[in-house]
Amino acid sequence: MNPFALVGRFVVTFLREIGRIAQFAALAVPACFMPPIYGRLVLQQMLRIGYFSLPVVGLTAFFTGGALALQIFVGSDIGAETLVPQIVVLGITRELGPVMAGLMVAGRVSAAIAAELGTMRVTEQIDALVTLSTNPFKYLVAPRLIAAVLTMPVLVAIADIIGVMGGWIVAVYSLDFNSAAYLNNTADFLKMGDVTSGLWKAAVFGFIIALMGCFHGYNSKGGAQGVGAATTNAVVSAAILILAANYFMTSIFFGEGSR
Amino acid sequence: MTAKIELKGVMKRFGRKVVLDGVDLSVEQGESLVIIGGSGSGKSVTLKCILGLITPDKGSIKVDGQEVTRLTGRPREQVNRKFGMLFQSAALFDSLKVWENVAFALIQGRGLGRREAKEIALQKLAKVGLGPEVGELSPSELSGGMQKRVGLARAIAAEPEIIFFDEPTTGLDPIMADVINDLIVATVKDMGVTTLSITHDMASARKIADKIAMIYKGKIIWAGRKADIDKSGNPYVDQFIHGRAEGPIKMELAK
Repeated sequence: MNPFALVGRFVVTFLREIGRIAQFAALAVPACFMPPIYGRLVLQQMLRIGYFSLPVVGLTAFFTGGALALQIFVGSDIGAETLVPQIVVLGITRELGPVMAGLMVAGRVSAAIAAELGTMRVTEQIDALVTLSTNPFKYLVAPRLIAAVLTMPVLVAIADIIGVMGGWIVAVYSLDFNSAAYLNNTADFLKMGDVTSGLWKAAVFGFIIALMGCFHGYNSKGGAQGVGAATTNAVVSAAILILAANYFMTSIFFGEGSR
Repeated sequence: MTAKIELKGVMKRFGRKVVLDGVDLSVEQGESLVIIGGSGSGKSVTLKCILGLITPDKGSIKVDGQEVTRLTGRPREQVNRKFGMLFQSAALFDSLKVWENVAFALIQGRGLGRREAKEIALQKLAKVGLGPEVGELSPSELSGGMQKRVGLARAIAAEPEIIFFDEPTTGLDPIMADVINDLIVATVKDMGVTTLSITHDMASARKIADKIAMIYKGKIIWAGRKADIDKSGNPYVDQFIHGRAEGPIKMELAK
């Protein structure tokens, strides 16, 4: 085939997909604010999205913090006493905490949402909702969006704490750092903005995670294979969007302009 | 008198494939119309257009004289309150118990309390021959026939004016199919509602219909009273109701 046609087709498909996602979001976001809001379902989703993601997010944060401490220690000749706690705490709160938690939750939750909504789509359960005069955007999409946006910052706050703790444990028990000095250095370098920027990122990642899961699930087609494809697409697109959004938010929070 | 449901020149295409090519149809108040036709003839799409799950490209659909094709949001929900639907696969919500499925429209749509709604749900379950113990089960624990019954109970729970049946007997054994047919006739007569069904099961069509319409290639090619279908003089209808492989309808086997 003509290579230009191939490129053109790819671009058109890509733009069309962005348009469809924007259209979906334009229906989904107002549904989060307009009554009826199903409180029971929001709580149920907060439990599923937030609470049950705690183990995986905690473990990820712990090992990331530990590895980070080890890596910086090996790479620094002098001043490791201050460098290690400083880089660990800033690295975790600003970047690694939100991004790692975001990616892990994307794998867990985007996939679960896409599979659930996708199955509901192909078994006509979403159509059934409409015939029972219930708006699927309010009943299915809104609770998941609200729950993800609210719980992701909490998850990331916990990931921050566990991540810093991971670094501290490795530094103190394996690298023979002084525990009090390590904690002092950590507290000295940490500013409120480091944490809050990470929590804002978390809220945005939560939105992306739930939106991608819902979008791909809601629009899935044709049986088991379609649901499988929807699940894969949900995770991949959520992960890519999280990484891209992270870059842009970092440049807004910490870029030249904000100094 | 205005028809309960009236379709005029409804057209729908997906990409290049024309699915509905000007469907004209009307269902009178209290009447039971059955649309028959082969797979891919546009039966399901017709139903989904009336429900607003698919927006037709052209044509008009009126419910109680009200144009509904372009309705969305709240007004659409208002119209859909008149409807109940039994899906081909029953489409029960597998995250909810059986009674919660039946009570769904009452709790979510009408804002009834759970206790009150449960009482009504159990009454409706009894109406389709299921005991209250079934209400506590999950839909996945039920057989196909029982799922269909629960689907029927859910469709009638909010006392709709119009009930749609999508292939009510598909996937059931002949005896269970007849049980479901009897249930449909009994509940419908009991409630005095208008019904629109689609099926390719002639035994079912003969049992539940007042009138029958046949759809072929996106058009209604014959419509009339149930008793007249055997002397329609239409070769397409004759081929279909007798289930012959030979005739004017050619199956597209080779692509």
